Amino acid sequence: MILNIFTDIHNLLLGLMSAKAVHITELVLIGVAYLGIFAVLGLFLVWLERRVAGFFQLRLGPNRVGPSGLFQTIADALKLVSKELTGTVKADKQLYKIAPYFVITTALMAMALIPFSQEIQAFDINIGVFFLISVSSIGVLGIFLAGWSSNNKYSLIGGMRTGIQMISYELSVGMAVVTMVVLAGTLQISEIVELQKSGWFIFTGHIPAIIAFMIFMIAGTAESNRVPFDLVEAESELGAGFHTEYSGMRFAYYFLAEFVNMFIIASIAVVLFFGGWLSPFGITDAIPFAGLFWFTVKVIAVIFIFMWFRWTFPRFRIDQLLTLEWKYLLPINMVNIVLMALMVWLGLTF
Amino acid sequence: MEEFLTDRLKTQEYFLNMGPQHPATHGVLMLLLKLDGEIIQNVELDLGYIHRSIEKMCERDTYKQIIHLTDRLDYLSSHMNNEAVCLLVEDALNIEVADRIKVIRTMMSELSRISSHVLWWGVMGMDIGALTTFMYGFREREMINDIFEETCGARLTMNYNVIGGVRYDLHENFAKRVKDFITHFRKKLPEYDKLLSNNIIFQKRLEGIGYISKEDAVAYGLNGPTARGSGVSCDVRKIHPYSAYDRVEFEEILFPEGDSYARYRVRIREMWESLSILEQLVDKIPEGEHRVKTKAVIKLPEGDFLQRVESARGDFGVYVKSDGQKFPYRLKFRSPGFANLTALNKMAKGLKIADLVAILSTIDIVVPDIDR
Repeated sequence: MILNIFTDIHNLLLGLMSAKAVHITELVLIGVAYLGIFAVLGLFLVWLERRVAGFFQLRLGPNRVGPSGLFQTIADALKLVSKELTGTVKADKQLYKIAPYFVITTALMAMALIPFSQEIQAFDINIGVFFLISVSSIGVLGIFLAGWSSNNKYSLIGGMRTGIQMISYELSVGMAVVTMVVLAGTLQISEIVELQKSGWFIFTGHIPAIIAFMIFMIAGTAESNRVPFDLVEAESELGAGFHTEYSGMRFAYYFLAEFVNMFIIASIAVVLFFGGWLSPFGITDAIPFAGLFWFTVKVIAVIFIFMWFRWTFPRFRIDQLLTLEWKYLLPINMVNIVLMALMVWLGLTF
Repeated sequence: MEEFLTDRLKTQEYFLNMGPQHPATHGVLMLLLKLDGEIIQNVELDLGYIHRSIEKMCERDTYKQIIHLTDRLDYLSSHMNNEAVCLLVEDALNIEVADRIKVIRTMMSELSRISSHVLWWGVMGMDIGALTTFMYGFREREMINDIFEETCGARLTMNYNVIGGVRYDLHENFAKRVKDFITHFRKKLPEYDKLLSNNIIFQKRLEGIGYISKEDAVAYGLNGPTARGSGVSCDVRKIHPYSAYDRVEFEEILFPEGDSYARYRVRIREMWESLSILEQLVDKIPEGEHRVKTKAVIKLPEGDFLQRVESARGDFGVYVKSDGQKFPYRLKFRSPGFANLTALNKMAKGLKIADLVAILSTIDIVVPDIDR
């Protein structure tokens, strides 16, 4: 169905220009499409977070602009675009201006690997999972630079906290993913999903997979800087943390990137543990857009859990954060990888 | 090599201005922090950003007018502050107030105490990073504010006390509304524990943090729930019972641990005790006048007068030196928050910035009360 649309566009373009030009045009089209997805997704997730927060907090959340306040975030984005970009006088100007783009670019690069359905995936390489993790660790540079270049002590503390937090929790995310890669035997995302046709990895890998999932959720929350790991922003301690000095669209980049990063983390969880775009009833191929539908449903379910965390838990202190990672998660993770390897070796997986 | 490293990697202490505009300082308080990385070396308090010279203003006001100014000190226990001034004048002039007035004042005080503690609980959660508690706290606070509004028309700065009684008689719905609130709050308080008190992250954030020993607490002049968290018995309602506190049974909550979590638990348990006081009184409001007639111009006899009440934050005192005129010669408010805040450096030294925020929250300051 979708493939037909793609081939139709391809043929149409071929009728208009040379093969080489078509190739470039298509790349541009895909890029523009992803920018669109990025913006819409970010705005939708902001709206969702506000509604969920309202639901948890005995209030309504946005409900005036558009149906259920759906256009509220668009109005907010328009406001942010039209705002003046202020900054501190003594900021390190070059770094200060560049920093938001690190965050936004890496989030976009990671988006390219997200398999929205069997057909909709921009970039399916054989080291997919590895690429995702490496790209998402570049994003932290943006936050780090923002903290440093703002020339504000609150920003600096926030930036330093990011450094500590990311170095620690990258490990846990990576090792939880490696555990699942041991089970899958491949790094290519489409293959990982295909392999789950006989059963989602969280069931086939049972005990080690469940442990890996829990660790991934904890570390993933830390990766996307959300409560209970939001020390980077920690509004009651640091004002707004690393983006204290940012305004207008530069601030919006950080804001949107945070939500898109949450989406990426949730997507990885869905791909690795819950069978990606596969339907839980095994009728994916029959219905058009079913893959997209199931993928979205699963991702939103995982995102809802992240939001649930955010509106329930208090925040960690920096030393407790490190204790949790280095004394608990990392050793458990290492044992878990060995356990998973043994299970795969002995054929104890379903 | 080692020399090279220590030369290159030496850390530098720096100063951080926390406030006067900062979400954690609950108003316009400024803390000058001396930090080594995240570790606090020293906390210096810089007060005076909302000094309104209320004590000086009181010297040009009659005693009836002074009551209005006390609302603007600790706005969360405005009723208790009013009461202190009224009790002082009534004592000095030997005005005997009816039982009904005493019971009304006590009930309103306890309602204020609950509403203040509920707000504190919400803000406490916010400071630790759990944002939902604030809304939950306000749900209960709204109910109490509605009772206040129905009784005297105001929700925050109530001005309900007058010399010789209370301004208006109780609304006919009062007893029913208070009973509704008691049943509602009895169900909701365990929910507070489920959401915040029993959360492992929350407990780890508070346990053993901001320790102050019993001796130090006495030496710094701590009072109210902050001192009772260190095991210092200092409840004015017990030591010098006023209004109807001598006829109700309640427990003075004491926790000997002296850390932030003890101070947290003192306030949670105090809400239970306040509920029980309300429950004992709500069915036994005596009939009678709500206000005793007083002279139009009130003049205190010459001499010194002191009245203490237990406000939501601790021992609130009013001291008046009178020279027989209708204005006080000198008036001094003893605010509970000021003494509690002075111990901040002692509590927070050597801990992290996040701990400072938690400690500041367990001290439960209201800045207008400290800066008068």
